[in-house]
Amino acid sequence: MIILQTDQLSIAFGGVRAIDGVNLAIESGQVYSIIGPNGSGKTTLFNLVSGIYTPDDGSIRLAGEAVTGLAPDQLARRGLSRTFQNLQIFSRMSVLENVMVGRHRHERTGIFADLFHWPSVARQNQATVEAARAALARVDLADSASRPAGSLAYGALKRLEIARALASEPTLLLLDEPAAGCNPVETEEIDGVIRSIVKDGITVVLVEHDMRLVMNISSRIHVLASGRTLTEGTPEQVRSNVAVVQAYLGIHGSQESNRAFH
Amino acid sequence: MRTLLETRLLPAIVVAVIVVILPYFFPSAYYFRVGALVFIFALAVVGLNLLMGFAGQVSLGHAGFLGIGAYSVVIGPVYFGLPSWLCVFVGATVSGAVAFLVGRPILRLKGHYLAVATLGFGLLVAIVLTNEAGWTGGPDGMSVPRLALFNWQVRGSDSWYWIAGATLVGGFVLALNLMESPTGRALQAIHDSEIAALVLGIDVARKKLTIFVISAMYASVAGSYLALFNGHVTPDIAGFLRSIELVAMVVLGGMGSIVGSLVGAAVLVVLPQALTIFHEYEQALLGFILMVFMIFLRRGIVPSVAATFAGRRK
Repeated sequence: MIILQTDQLSIAFGGVRAIDGVNLAIESGQVYSIIGPNGSGKTTLFNLVSGIYTPDDGSIRLAGEAVTGLAPDQLARRGLSRTFQNLQIFSRMSVLENVMVGRHRHERTGIFADLFHWPSVARQNQATVEAARAALARVDLADSASRPAGSLAYGALKRLEIARALASEPTLLLLDEPAAGCNPVETEEIDGVIRSIVKDGITVVLVEHDMRLVMNISSRIHVLASGRTLTEGTPEQVRSNVAVVQAYLGIHGSQESNRAFH
Repeated sequence: MRTLLETRLLPAIVVAVIVVILPYFFPSAYYFRVGALVFIFALAVVGLNLLMGFAGQVSLGHAGFLGIGAYSVVIGPVYFGLPSWLCVFVGATVSGAVAFLVGRPILRLKGHYLAVATLGFGLLVAIVLTNEAGWTGGPDGMSVPRLALFNWQVRGSDSWYWIAGATLVGGFVLALNLMESPTGRALQAIHDSEIAALVLGIDVARKKLTIFVISAMYASVAGSYLALFNGHVTPDIAGFLRSIELVAMVVLGGMGSIVGSLVGAAVLVVLPQALTIFHEYEQALLGFILMVFMIFLRRGIVPSVAATFAGRRK
């Protein structure tokens, strides 16, 4: 089944075509990576798909349903969740409470029930705590549950965002550079977390610069350059694509990028 | 489960105990008056704190809702012959409805822009109350009919002390319930990151509107009580200074601290009374003390003191 499909998706900012006619067709149950040089439109594409931006042109379908122009919260209620490149942690709340917020779309209470603490709210809170603890355990943060979220180390915050997104029980999870700024050990942990997520039947769309992680974990890779599709295919196909290597070398010109592909 | 319940409502229980015990230490009946004023203001401050400290949305026009509540217990009984107690509820309903209508467009705004928009709302209410003299008595205000409950004419400060104290405890319970509920968690999330709240499925605009309406109703009830207690009301109750006073109480007591709401209200009601011995320097000294408080207890009295104690225990 195609879980996420975009057709000629486009958006421009002040005359700059940030995303220009991008077609995605993502099969469910796999890791699908979107790569490209800085400024190629990866995060913009995420912002379009998650409803933060409204496309100027083109359409988006989520599990077959037309969702173009829906707000992020409406998409979240349809099973789409995401993390952020620059963390968006609820820093005043505890680690556990952060993940509890992720349960929001499954919580069934009204404002009067909440104000008067009807028995349904107590039951709801209990269920939310249990689900949130389970999500924390999946990213190995169970021991930090009661700590203030702001006190966690960077790598742990990355995993906290994943746990929070997982708590919402998405069918489609967008991860925006989950390994950015992580050391090799932390990246290895992220790799393991992503694999376990996919094993649960959740489709993962990954934007990531760490090519080793991308090549290891992805079923298919979509390469963007200047807002357009450069190529799409399996890791092997992409690795052997001359245009891809040139796009990276053309922008970066660094040994780093070169090494990443070989 | 039981301990969870007890910790959630602990601040409300503490306040209930304080309300009951405090009168034993009152040297004169005058202190009932001060106590009643503290509780009435604290009620409005709890509501505003839910909006500001908790959900992170500022309002510089909250006295507008005090005004709506206050004039409800005048206009209702005088022009429509309604009982005063009913008008407290009518006022809260009207305030909630006004907050709903005003909140929809202005809660899209953020930070300073929201501050100025709410400021405008407060000014608007004050000007309407001043100009609609046929209904409100204009700038001179009106005298407020006494509250009557089952043939009991409520007049003494001690009666109002108990009514306001009981209502405050109720206000505490509702606020504390809300904080530990799905809605409460959503509001806190909005405070820290609206974008993250959105992508987790929280209808941010609706949640903001909900808390704005609730906080308006808190203020409205407080305004009704204030009018009934004083026996006279002028448009000043909805004025800019009143709004600022409420914000100062929230910040001084501690943003997001329900207990802080009572402490902030107590300090700003009691301090001016205590400082009257300094005559013309009263206001200047009050300003100075507020500055000192904020410099040394920058997160507000209750959170700062709590943090100090928590640090010492470790």
